[in-house]
Amino acid sequence: MSKPVVATTSLAGCFGCHMSLLDIDERILELIELVEFNKSPIDDIKTFTKQCDIGLIEGGCCNRENIHISKNVRKTCKILFSLGECDLMGGLPALRNGIPVEECIREAYLDGPTVGLNKEQILPNDDELPMILDKVYPCHEIVKIDYYLPGCPPRADLIWNALVALVTGDELKLPYEVVKFD
Amino acid sequence: MNDKIKIHIDGKECWTTDGTSIIDAAKENGIFIPSLCHVDGIKPAGSCRICNIQVNGRNMTACSTPAVDGMHIESNIPELEEMRKAIIEIMFVAGNHFCPACEKSGNCELQALGYRYQMMVPRFPYEFPEKGVNADSKYIYHDRNRCIMCKRCVRGVIKDGKHVFAFNSRGGENLHIELDTELASQLTEAEALAAMDICPVGAILKKERGYYEPIGERKYDKEPIGSEIENK
Repeated sequence: MSKPVVATTSLAGCFGCHMSLLDIDERILELIELVEFNKSPIDDIKTFTKQCDIGLIEGGCCNRENIHISKNVRKTCKILFSLGECDLMGGLPALRNGIPVEECIREAYLDGPTVGLNKEQILPNDDELPMILDKVYPCHEIVKIDYYLPGCPPRADLIWNALVALVTGDELKLPYEVVKFD
Repeated sequence: MNDKIKIHIDGKECWTTDGTSIIDAAKENGIFIPSLCHVDGIKPAGSCRICNIQVNGRNMTACSTPAVDGMHIESNIPELEEMRKAIIEIMFVAGNHFCPACEKSGNCELQALGYRYQMMVPRFPYEFPEKGVNADSKYIYHDRNRCIMCKRCVRGVIKDGKHVFAFNSRGGENLHIELDTELASQLTEAEALAAMDICPVGAILKKERGYYEPIGERKYDKEPIGSEIENK
């Protein structure tokens, strides 16, 4: 039987959840025995080359590209995991949710104390740049998510336990110390 | 009033004194009934509804109902546990609870109940309401984004006979708890710290006190909330 294929992606987050995945240390050798990795920043495969079984999404949706990617991951992966607080509830990027987008952009590019070099008062407005959304949305409000792994980042043991339980069909172990929101 | 009475909680025979609230009677007998608005020594308010129990099939709050001899109480039943979990989830979506950025994280009772009930994600959509922060008083930050309106501060933080915290109105969408800045500025450092401790979440913070305990040594890092009662 071929190994289950795993894809991972990072949206509006800090990449800490991927770092936590690497925090499983030498168990990563066991992991590559269990699964095969496809599109992921870890192996630097940029686009999907085949249908995947498991997708891990880190970070919420703050712009149109994030939405496009999460929908694409949803289409390509059979089972989706939501990884970390940014994905589950918007996380720190969602601190801007109470502030109008215009005000955020003005602060970032025109009025902020560290924007002195922007003398021509240029606002980024290129077709290549993804449009910023009115709010930062948790991924499960954009696409259907099957499993949630909270934490900032989710503890390496939580990611490991969840992946192994899913792949081997064993019961998922959730000791108290691994389910944390910070 | 000092007569011993017998009650049954989830079938377990418990002894307590007449007039004790059900939540305290349970505590005396090693049974944890979760609650966010109840705090020892302050008159109960029954505002969070997490301590809901059933007596003869009727829902009551364990903090504000006195135990009566011969009572049969159900607490740890799926129906109530599911409702408690739902209330906790509502509290998470109704405020702005950014656990990774909160100074109270690890010592927060709402978060600890989230852990105890293994809340992975709230089932309700996030509201991201607009709330305010009041940092005008000397030792206290009042961050309404995290307030769950349990009224612990309204009942328990008192300076010279006056309430430091109070509701701004009787109801409506804009209902929130206000801080009396002038009165709060008269609090001593120790009183400000006590006010921080009375808040179950991170809505009341003592200035210059953030992230005081390292991760791993905070109150709910190792043991779930309630285990200190259950393992007594």
